[in-house]
Amino acid sequence: MSRLKILTEHIHKPEITGIEGYIKNGGYRAVEKALKKMQPDEVTEEVKKSGLRGRGGAGFPTGMKWSFIFKGSDKPRYLLCNADESEPGTFKDRLLMEKIPHLLVEGMIASSFALGVRTAYIYIRGEYMYILHILQQAIDEAYAKGYLGENILGTSYSLDLHVHPGGGAYICGEETALIESLEGKRGNPRIKPPFPAVEGLWGCPTIVNNVETICKVPFIINEGGEAYAKIGIGASTGTKLISACGNINKPGVYEIELGVPVEEFIYSDEYCGGIKGGKQLKALVPGGSSVPILPNRLITTTAKGEPRLMSYESLADGGFATGSMLGSGGFIVFDEDQCVVRNTWNFSRFYHHESCGQCSPCREGTGWMEKILHRLEHGHGRMEDIDLLWDVQRKIEGNTICPFGDASAWPVAAAIRHFRDEFEWHVLQPQEATRRNYGMGRSAEPIEQVTA
Amino acid sequence: MPKVTIDNITIDVAPGTTILNAARMIGENVPPAMCYYSKLQGSGGKCRVCLVKVTKSSEQNPRGMPKLVASCCTQIADGMVVENVTSPEVIEARKGIVELLLINHPLDCPVCDQAGECHLQDLSYEHGAATTRYDFGRRTFDKIDIGPYIQLHMTRCILCYRCVYTADQLTNERRHGIINRGDAAEISTYIQNVIDNDFSGNVIDVCPVGALTDKTFRFKSRVWFTKPVNAHRNCDKCSGKVTLWFQGEEVLRVTGRKDKYGEVEEFICNTCRFETKQKSDWVIEGPRRIDTHSVIAQNHLPYELDVVHPQIEAAQ
Ligand SMILES: Cc1cc2nc3c(=O)[nH]c(=O)nc-3n(C[C@H](O)[C@H](O)[C@H](O)COP(=O)(O)O)c2cc1C
Ligand code: SF4
Ligand code: SF4
Ligand code: FES
Repeated sequence: MSRLKILTEHIHKPEITGIEGYIKNGGYRAVEKALKKMQPDEVTEEVKKSGLRGRGGAGFPTGMKWSFIFKGSDKPRYLLCNADESEPGTFKDRLLMEKIPHLLVEGMIASSFALGVRTAYIYIRGEYMYILHILQQAIDEAYAKGYLGENILGTSYSLDLHVHPGGGAYICGEETALIESLEGKRGNPRIKPPFPAVEGLWGCPTIVNNVETICKVPFIINEGGEAYAKIGIGASTGTKLISACGNINKPGVYEIELGVPVEEFIYSDEYCGGIKGGKQLKALVPGGSSVPILPNRLITTTAKGEPRLMSYESLADGGFATGSMLGSGGFIVFDEDQCVVRNTWNFSRFYHHESCGQCSPCREGTGWMEKILHRLEHGHGRMEDIDLLWDVQRKIEGNTICPFGDASAWPVAAAIRHFRDEFEWHVLQPQEATRRNYGMGRSAEPIEQVTA
Repeated sequence: MPKVTIDNITIDVAPGTTILNAARMIGENVPPAMCYYSKLQGSGGKCRVCLVKVTKSSEQNPRGMPKLVASCCTQIADGMVVENVTSPEVIEARKGIVELLLINHPLDCPVCDQAGECHLQDLSYEHGAATTRYDFGRRTFDKIDIGPYIQLHMTRCILCYRCVYTADQLTNERRHGIINRGDAAEISTYIQNVIDNDFSGNVIDVCPVGALTDKTFRFKSRVWFTKPVNAHRNCDKCSGKVTLWFQGEEVLRVTGRKDKYGEVEEFICNTCRFETKQKSDWVIEGPRRIDTHSVIAQNHLPYELDVVHPQIEAAQ
């Protein structure tokens, strides 16, 4: 069955990277339409109608975010595209920028028009330097064709678009840290309020959107917000790029219509193609390293026994007790031979390394968690360590300046919540735990029905 | 004027006031602050010890805030209800943060010049546990001399950023900042030894711990053996209003005049601080009051005698 592809329909055509090929395949129609036939607010209105939600992780409605941009001053406004993509497990924006860079350029032009932006930036992670060159080439081509610069397509609208590389810090993906970094400062998240929509880049009203979010805008302009809203399920409208990895037969980036059952996504040949080597599925991190890990019994069905779907709502069903999050779409699959303790340690090592160090709970707590997990994984753990770890993550969560603190705490909390037996086994059988993995444990056991 | 209620006490404050400053106006149960410094623009929000619970956001919005908020950078709204010491959740969180601040702290109070007037020490007395649950190696750094007068003992730093704001806001050339990330982050000067500026010594006063100390006072005495006295002189660089710390007739140390929140009333120049240590240079005004929360409050005159609770006095 062929499914609707909004972003990736033409992605495998070699000519699509260049502007001629892109235009031949229908590119830049949205810029023509928006600039020549629409008012900026009409574009925002379509985006609102589309129900598009931010693809950077939080899933905040994009149209609503745009309508918050402060228009009460004559300060310039900025649109920043967040191409910092650094979440472990997430590698979807890379595909778009590498293969179809003009889609992002087109999206940036149309979105900037809607927001009344005269100068826009793409902030790309430093490790994607080769993609920066691809984007720069696309931008140069767009300037040459009159899609960027003064009086675009003969209209009164003008826009300059720049690409700026980051220095290799995950935290610079947090929108206010990104702004600080773009201003040439140390990438520390700002204290909010004020929110960027009021005081962002250089104190001016600023909108920050993810690459994939921006790339959805051309379709919404061309086909209308309502057409977009018909795709997907409920409040999870449209399609989503999922970067699937781990122990699956077909790792890669998939564009799915939101609402596809998780079971289908993992096992059908159209997507991940099942678990590698026919092994059992043990655990799933559905939305990048920051979201709670799910044990086997909660992956394909929710705690209520309903099929789990690939949507914001269904993945979050059950809250933190039995659910997770769609996050940024970094879909990491673990088979029966993977060690949850080791994986949690690995994630915590990342957060320890990437904390900006500005606020005390995150700066000190991330290091502490890593050390405890290291000890547990390497056979020196004690039973009290499990409760201590729980306590430390709880002291970080909710008490920090930016959501990084939560992002470092949630994976640890979920691992203990669902895989406590495996942690205990590491303590009780330290020798064995360094030699072999625990296996499925109680991951697949049906959940006890708790009546409230 | 908007009304805000903190720990069941209601007060009218100007719009835009932060919860912390409203609490300071009430004067009781004031949340501690390790990074906020009212004289330094942009400070606050970092240490998180000032977290409080907002149980009602405003008259219009009777719902509380979902998370604890930093009282030093959250503005009040009319009708807001805040819990500080009356919320077990706040006390629990604060205790956790103090614990986290201490895990990498060297706890070398016996040889630290700040001991006795250290906010971390005060907080640990109030909230800390007697033992630690952290049994890993602690982070350490080498000591650095920044200029002839100031020593940086980075191992003790809690990264409150106050000294960075001081260096930024009191001096023209920025040479003092933070390098590296996470728990490897450290205070650093652009090139070691180059902070030379008439007001650089103020970084010592703003530092809530013993990370920046006065080399001219180093190891001279414990602060509780010295007697603080307000004094002034005519100075062409600053107000000349200082606190002198005497041992006998000898001036061991000169600092700014700190209020009960540990903030200096006015920043002073290096000449007053480091180079004017003869008693005869100064006009003595009278003894300096010390905050009753401080662990050195015992031998000193406290602030506002009227709020000192009788049972505490009896116990001492
Ligand atoms: C620690 C941290 C890292 C983040 N990294 C990214 C990132 O790499 N890319 C991204 O688009 N958003 C990232 N975000 C989310 C951004 O702060 C912001 O919400 C997003 O760019 C908004 O765009 P959207 O509304 O289109 O999703 C991160 C957030 C946090 C707290
Ligand atoms: S939560 Fe962590 S990353 Fe975010 S501001 Fe605080 S220290 Fe920095
Ligand atoms: S040296 Fe002192 S003032 Fe500076 S950041 Fe560290 S603790 Fe704060
Ligand atoms: S004083 Fe408020 S966070 Fe430090």
